[in-house]
Amino acid sequence: MTGRAPLLAAPITQMFSQAFEVRALVAGSAIAVAAGLVGYFLVLRNQVFTGDALSHVAFTGALAALAAGVDLRIGLFAGCVIFGVAMGALGRDGRADDVVIGNVFAWVLGLGVFFLTLYTTGAGGGDGTAGVNVLFGSIYGLSAAQTAVAVAVAAGVVLAVVAAARPLLFASVDPAVARARGLPVGALGIAFLALVGVTAGEATQAVGALLILGLLATPAAAASRLTPNPFRALALSAIIALVAVWGGLIASYEASSLPPSFAILSITTAAYVLAAARSRRRPGPDAGSTSRLRHRGGATRPRRRR
Amino acid sequence: MITGLHLLAAGGVHDLLAAGGVRDLLTSGSVHAGWNPWSDMRQMLAYHFMVNALRAGSITAVAAGLIGWFMILRGQSFAGHTLAVVGFPGAAAAIWAGLAATWGYFGACTAAAILIGSTGYRRPGGEAAGESALIGTVQAFALACGLLFVALYKGFLNSLTGLLFGSFLGVTDSQVLALLAMAGIIVVVLGVIGRPLLFASVDPDVARARGVPAQFVSAAFLVLLGVATAEVSQITGSLLVFALLVMPAATAHRITPRPVLGLALSVAVALLVVWIGLGLAFYSVYPVGFYITTTGLVCYLGSAAARRAATRRRAATRRRASRPDPSGLSS
Repeated sequence: MTGRAPLLAAPITQMFSQAFEVRALVAGSAIAVAAGLVGYFLVLRNQVFTGDALSHVAFTGALAALAAGVDLRIGLFAGCVIFGVAMGALGRDGRADDVVIGNVFAWVLGLGVFFLTLYTTGAGGGDGTAGVNVLFGSIYGLSAAQTAVAVAVAAGVVLAVVAAARPLLFASVDPAVARARGLPVGALGIAFLALVGVTAGEATQAVGALLILGLLATPAAAASRLTPNPFRALALSAIIALVAVWGGLIASYEASSLPPSFAILSITTAAYVLAAARSRRRPGPDAGSTSRLRHRGGATRPRRRR
Repeated sequence: MITGLHLLAAGGVHDLLAAGGVRDLLTSGSVHAGWNPWSDMRQMLAYHFMVNALRAGSITAVAAGLIGWFMILRGQSFAGHTLAVVGFPGAAAAIWAGLAATWGYFGACTAAAILIGSTGYRRPGGEAAGESALIGTVQAFALACGLLFVALYKGFLNSLTGLLFGSFLGVTDSQVLALLAMAGIIVVVLGVIGRPLLFASVDPDVARARGVPAQFVSAAFLVLLGVATAEVSQITGSLLVFALLVMPAATAHRITPRPVLGLALSVAVALLVVWIGLGLAFYSVYPVGFYITTTGLVCYLGSAAARRAATRRRAATRRRASRPDPSGLSS
């Protein structure tokens, strides 16, 4: 035992004596589970692009709130949820005209930089940390109250996903049949995007606005490559995200120059690469049924109308 | 373990502006816009850093306008976005290794373009469910790598905002020359492959049947796109590349479908956007990226509105023409 001690810069047990480490682990775990679950449906419904868009909105929303002198999280959640609902209501995932979408997003980011400057040069005298924290996350900077809120919101998201898992799955895989069976597919889609907005706000606190997809889409994509069973994939996605957050926090504790966001994303990316390599090497019956499931979902999706 | 992020966070816009005492200059009130645009411009050009910024911006705008026009035509704006994101870790790694950011941008963007071109790029419209997740993963991980390099190179942390959102301060003479050389290569290569590229973009099947090396031309264009992305990144930052690469080109495409006119218009709008953006940024504390994106969006929305109005007018004229003439009926 003592012989192995020099291997680690600091024993892991000491990690738990630090209040901010514990808070980061608690909040990170809750956020990871929520992001893993919601992310699975995001990937299944082929709406990763929405998550990408949300990362721009999260940055601008949070900095607009700071510039206005209110809590960062108000702008973060309000921006993400309103945008998610708007995207759901306007319909389609915007791929129809990616030039328009690209233009607007570039401007949204530009607006975010404007708010950042407004905040740092304004009378409030905010410092330059705000922008970096929003962009790349500041999981170690969470206060006790912020941790409690993050955990509560994440719990709400998890409950909502678990409660709506079956109808949401049905509506995602085969919207036409689901609608014929009397399922409110449209309303479900909008509610789901609102949930994605909340989750994006949560993930921003953990890994940062720019890196949302690493926690939202990557574990889910890895999980859906590993198993065709949707419920198993759902659980697996949450587990991968959870392992990544724990592993990332421990890694950045051991190697102090490693930013936690980078460590977390490295693990999710590694999981995705391994899953991709495994499913490519063995294109057995599992992989086949997954692609068939996806294909059916894609072919009947009303988005393809245009 | 928090030292990395804390150091990283200690910078920001303030320190960025502090480069070379320029911040004092811009905030002390000695620089302010009057009512005479001519004297304002002379005042602006009295500063060498501003002259360099305008040179670099103009060179970049020409390259971005040309390449952007083809990019929109070919529906490859998503590839442009990916290349832009990859530029950030490239630049951060270069600075960490003690090189100029320029080399990082060019190296990373060109390498990624070759990689995308060699694996066979497909348009995002036809991608499968898993493919967008893959692209998202690559982008997020690239940004995370950029964060790592920035955190590893502790002295440089101030200009993180500059790498992401652009900065026009401190463009050196040698940087301008490098930009000029790269833009020259873009223009020359585009002049050579321009016609076959246009043919291959508009109708790839017929072009191939006519013996146009469509595969080679497409790959060559992707590399040019990488070089152009690297150029633009140095002015607008990695996250706002879209503003200069897409907005002027999209504006031109809205106004005219004709290639030569469209290319000229795209370059003109890009130049206008850069000049207005740099001018406004010089006379205010707000960052150049904000002004460039806003000007670009205004141009684009203006062209879209003009296009819609023109279509409506044409439809109204046609309706009036097809309506039977009441005076003719009565006589």
